Amino acid sequence: MSLAAIKQYEMPRSERNLYLSFILIGFAHLMVGLFLGFMQGMQHAGIDLYRVIPIVRHYYQGLTIHGVFNVLVFTTFFIAGFLLFVTSTSLKKPINLRLGWLTFCVMTIGLLLTDYAVFTNQASVLYTAYSPLEAHWTFYLGLALVVVGTWLQLLIVGRMVLQWRKENPGQRTPLLAFGALATLLMWGLASIPLAVLFVGILLPWSLDLIPGVDVLFNRTLFWMSGHPIVYFWLLPAYLSWYFMLPKQVGGKLFSEPLARLAFLLFIPLSLPVGFHHQYVDPGVAEGYKYIHFILTFAVFMPSVMTAFTVLASLETGGRARGGKGLLGWVTKLPWNDPSVTAQLLAMVLFALGGISGLINASYNMNLVVHNTLFVPGHFHLTVGTAVALTFMGIVYWLVPHLTGRRLFSAKMGVVQAWLWFIGMTIMSRGMSWAGMLGAPRRTALGSAPYFMDEWVLPSWFTAIGGVILTISGFLFFINMLASLWLAPKAEKQVEVPVAEPLIDEGAKMPAWLDRYTVWAGAAVLLVAIAYTPALVKLISDLSMTVPGLKPY
Amino acid sequence: MHIDRYERNWIRFAGGLLVVFAAALTVAAVFLGVRLPGIAEQTIPIAQAGGEYDINKGWIRELAPRRYEVNMRARVWSFEPREIRIPAGSTVTFYIHSDDITHGIKIQNTTVSTMIFPGHVAKVTYTFDKPGEYVFVCHEYCGAGHHFMSGRVIVEE
Ligand code: HEM
Ligand SMILES: [Cu+2]
Ligand SMILES: [Cu+2]
Repeated sequence: MSLAAIKQYEMPRSERNLYLSFILIGFAHLMVGLFLGFMQGMQHAGIDLYRVIPIVRHYYQGLTIHGVFNVLVFTTFFIAGFLLFVTSTSLKKPINLRLGWLTFCVMTIGLLLTDYAVFTNQASVLYTAYSPLEAHWTFYLGLALVVVGTWLQLLIVGRMVLQWRKENPGQRTPLLAFGALATLLMWGLASIPLAVLFVGILLPWSLDLIPGVDVLFNRTLFWMSGHPIVYFWLLPAYLSWYFMLPKQVGGKLFSEPLARLAFLLFIPLSLPVGFHHQYVDPGVAEGYKYIHFILTFAVFMPSVMTAFTVLASLETGGRARGGKGLLGWVTKLPWNDPSVTAQLLAMVLFALGGISGLINASYNMNLVVHNTLFVPGHFHLTVGTAVALTFMGIVYWLVPHLTGRRLFSAKMGVVQAWLWFIGMTIMSRGMSWAGMLGAPRRTALGSAPYFMDEWVLPSWFTAIGGVILTISGFLFFINMLASLWLAPKAEKQVEVPVAEPLIDEGAKMPAWLDRYTVWAGAAVLLVAIAYTPALVKLISDLSMTVPGLKPY
Repeated sequence: MHIDRYERNWIRFAGGLLVVFAAALTVAAVFLGVRLPGIAEQTIPIAQAGGEYDINKGWIRELAPRRYEVNMRARVWSFEPREIRIPAGSTVTFYIHSDDITHGIKIQNTTVSTMIFPGHVAKVTYTFDKPGEYVFVCHEYCGAGHHFMSGRVIVEE
């Protein structure tokens, strides 16, 4: 790569403000979400704060806000800012700012509608929006607009990559833009069923334009998008682990072709697996559940590849910094850098999250853990840590980069990352443990008359872990606010870390590693195989007759 | 395309492990009978509407010694019947439906776990060998009183 190519692209102020706005809105919502998480943890241990702190009416309104804000709002808004940012940086030109701000407006209007619905207790249906629990129409419309915003991002990034290719014939798309496009393309395909459900069914139903719904059909549509959405959260974290973090630790990307392959594999494989969320749904044949079980195991493979490539890339960094022996390189990694520490710790817990995910996915083994606290025990390690803590890690360099100020306190950042790691280890241990003992999820356990003695200790784990996490979250927000407004201007702008491949394969890299249409086609084909028979049956049995209810 | 030797072995090893796991689970499903709820053969329990065994009500009946049929109705926020007494060693077939919204049922310390939808009848069979009290709870959020929704199976000596 020539020196000129390494030189960073000077981003205009209005473009930086766009990315910053997305990211700040996301994190502001996370702050509210975390506080409600704290109240939930305490409730499980029998300490009812809902009377003392009347920001929500009851546990389930709080839980709705916790789920919606943390996994729908925070993730989506951060990802919007981050993916647009990396595309622009890696292709070295501004995104279409008019479209960018349009995206921002659409998503923010959607968000305001959603905020209104959940804060007024008119949508306490949890983030899964299972009908026939019915919410106010602003909830469905609001979330649908947020999804439309993600499609606009696909349009922006897709056009830029096509343009770049025309200008650079025969070259492979730069890694960051490649990862951004793969992520948005996967989600663009995967979000169609969700959009159909929200706009085509739930919205008119909540406006009394159609009298009833078909429960199972709606659930099936929801989970067609509902599993791939977890990869929509995860892939931006992978993007940082593969293509940025190696540079931050002074190493190189160990295997570029496999890294690209992993991203591309997610396009077809993350879609046809939705029935693994419906293993215990009556009305879905066991055969389809089995097919989705096998395909779920298949989508585990790109993550297995990620584990190796990312670790090996980190090792090149640790060794370049003088690390010796089998594990000596680990200690040589820059653990004083909060961005690095946060992401490394996120990976450690992701390993556990992956294993517990495999348990959930394990067909009949799911009978034991389905809808128990084991499930939140699992996803607080994955989306709640692998994703959320990585995003915090990214923000530790990204916000200073965008504002031109220094990070307020690196030390505080390192402490914050460790506290998150410790708190989450304790909380998720408590949840999985209670879940194995049969405690149901999405339940105000502290008020449940059937609360069992053996759930007491695990519930305290949940509560104490939750307190530590809340302190960690608090430190993060203080640090961010101070970095935005108090920290001094940096003498030199923080660089965007972009990893170079260990072996530059250049033109030797197969062209099919840069052809999206093939992979998108494979996705459509696999979905057709895994869903057509089941969908045909669901549609031929369709009876949109179940009326809505708002028992909250 | 260059792939490192260790990396290739790692991928093979992990793939192999997944195949072994999948095979074990398949054996459990096919030969040990640990099955998932599927399409209920009949959407309506054996008895017809009306009378003692009205399908819209909750009831328990003995079909033969240690063979029971339970028709269970879930609604906001209770199960009916909420107490089921049977002798140890009984095999019980549950037909479960919902009157209003989505619920779920999990019988503690058994493999019984299913969603309950309005418009579908979930069918699950389980043999209660060990005497004792098995609490069952609703494990799908169903509104502000969701955590009150429970009952128990009492298996007598
Ligand atoms: C201070 C940190 C946090 C605490 C103390 C906390 C606590 C909890 C608790 C106790 C539950 C279980 C509620 C139940 O099933 O009854 C829960 C659910 C959940 N949490 Fe967290 N959490 C935290 C952070 C996060 C983060 C960072 C995310 C994701 C980015 C997240 C996503 C979720 C989701 C999606 C649910 C499930 C909501 C549902 O079932 O509808 N949480 N949380
Ligand atoms: Cu219920
Ligand atoms: Cu319930």
